[in-house]
Amino acid sequence: MATISIDRTAKQMVLAVQEYSLFAWQAMRNLFRPPIYWTDFLMQSDVIGVGSLPIVILSGFFTGGVLALQSAATLSEFGATAVTGQFVGLTMIRELGPVLTGIMVAGRNASSMASELGSMVVTEQIDAMRALGVDPIRKLVTPRIFSSIAMLLLLTIVSDAFGIVGGAAVTVLISHQNGTQYFNSAYEHLLFSDIIQGMVKPLFFGYLLGSIGCFYGMRTTGGTEGVGRSTISAVVTSSVLIIAVDFLITHVLLSIFPT
Amino acid sequence: MSQASVPAPQSPAPPQSASPVVDLRGVSIAFDGPPVLEDISFSVAPAETRILLGPAGVGKSVLLKLIIGLLPPQAGAIHLFGEDITHLPEEKQFPLRSRAGMVFQEGALFDSLTVRDNVAYQLIQERVPDEEIDSRVHEALRFVGLEETFEMYPVSLSGGMRRRVAIARALIHDPELILYDSPTGGLDPVTSTTIIELIVKQRDVHSTPALLVTHRLQDAFTMCTHRFDRDQNQMVPLPDGQINLNTTFLMLEAGRLILDGSLHELLHSSNNEVREFLE
Repeated sequence: MATISIDRTAKQMVLAVQEYSLFAWQAMRNLFRPPIYWTDFLMQSDVIGVGSLPIVILSGFFTGGVLALQSAATLSEFGATAVTGQFVGLTMIRELGPVLTGIMVAGRNASSMASELGSMVVTEQIDAMRALGVDPIRKLVTPRIFSSIAMLLLLTIVSDAFGIVGGAAVTVLISHQNGTQYFNSAYEHLLFSDIIQGMVKPLFFGYLLGSIGCFYGMRTTGGTEGVGRSTISAVVTSSVLIIAVDFLITHVLLSIFPT
Repeated sequence: MSQASVPAPQSPAPPQSASPVVDLRGVSIAFDGPPVLEDISFSVAPAETRILLGPAGVGKSVLLKLIIGLLPPQAGAIHLFGEDITHLPEEKQFPLRSRAGMVFQEGALFDSLTVRDNVAYQLIQERVPDEEIDSRVHEALRFVGLEETFEMYPVSLSGGMRRRVAIARALIHDPELILYDSPTGGLDPVTSTTIIELIVKQRDVHSTPALLVTHRLQDAFTMCTHRFDRDQNQMVPLPDGQINLNTTFLMLEAGRLILDGSLHELLHSSNNEVREFLE
């Protein structure tokens, strides 16, 4: 009995991965074939980009501040407080900026996509759209995925900038160090490869959170309770995958751009 | 309705020579269990209105979704407007679907759009000029008697009004086939009659072929025994003993088609399940 249950679960998981791959491929392919719904793309960019700006600014600022606080204590033991700027800058740009922004935006927007599309599925609005001759993947999913990619890239830059500013605020106001030295240290040690690492990651994270949010929304079953389940699954899966994919991308990028 | 009151068919029979708008042959479908529909075969002729009867949960809505390609059958063949859609990719089905109109059980209006944008949804996708859209939406809303709801959102409409807006959305494109999924389900008798009057109006004024799913016998009988009078702009009873022969019946029971015929055949059926349903 237990073997049958494991067998069924394994098959369901493989089926879900297969369905997700087909779904994500279909959404991706739509970007290069008309009709492209530019209005929906702009509307989603506003919802995802402008709407997420406050949480990204706040989380970036305080993360930079915490990094500066934690590092100051350790670095002072080695008389290396002058490199606080370098430490905060590199950590934010290469790692924490993209990952934190990805997780924050996933929490806000993957859940919103899953619940919005899920509600449309259970109230037959998606079927109505298909019956009216409109492809819901093209109309609803593709704009959401590509807005997520474009906006996550921009939001990551904002997060990096506010993280460095947050680190500077702590360094100057709490650790009473020189602000110019902080910014010089952050800027001078920044390499092109660091920027590439920081800018490549949000492209993958944006695609993940957008496609997973839409995927769970579009396969919602079981009424309003099902919408709740889809929302939770979308946030959990996209957050975990962002961290897991971050590990893989970092590994690949470090082999391309060794430190 | 008792058998004693069965009117004999006297209206002229519809032409049967033209190719059917919808044709199903041996269609079956199942979802992780026993078949929901098994070996279903029937067709809808031009200008014909077919009423699909059956208790709740026998697969009536599933059948409508199969006809318009929203679900793929596991066996059999489905022809829509003469084209085999059984294995047609969804992308190629969109132009066919846009030639049909479907009214969903609860209306399925888009919550985030106004009534105007809901009704004009197809026209907006086709980039029809705004002035033409406004004029056609007004005309469609006038048809269902809801012109005043033009700028309202679905959330502020009653259940009956939502169904009427859904009918307007299905009709705005002058469809060649209309599928009604329990359009009167859960509505009070007065609102139900209003909805049935609209369906009869569309049948008699535009002669659009239709398939209407219902489990309410009174709706089915009203459609057979009434016509739309353009002069009075309302539905009126047919003279005694006459019925609309363009309106015929199908009945589903436990996933199988147990009746395909006229009102006369429905009321005189010897099938126990049909008789049980009628009683």
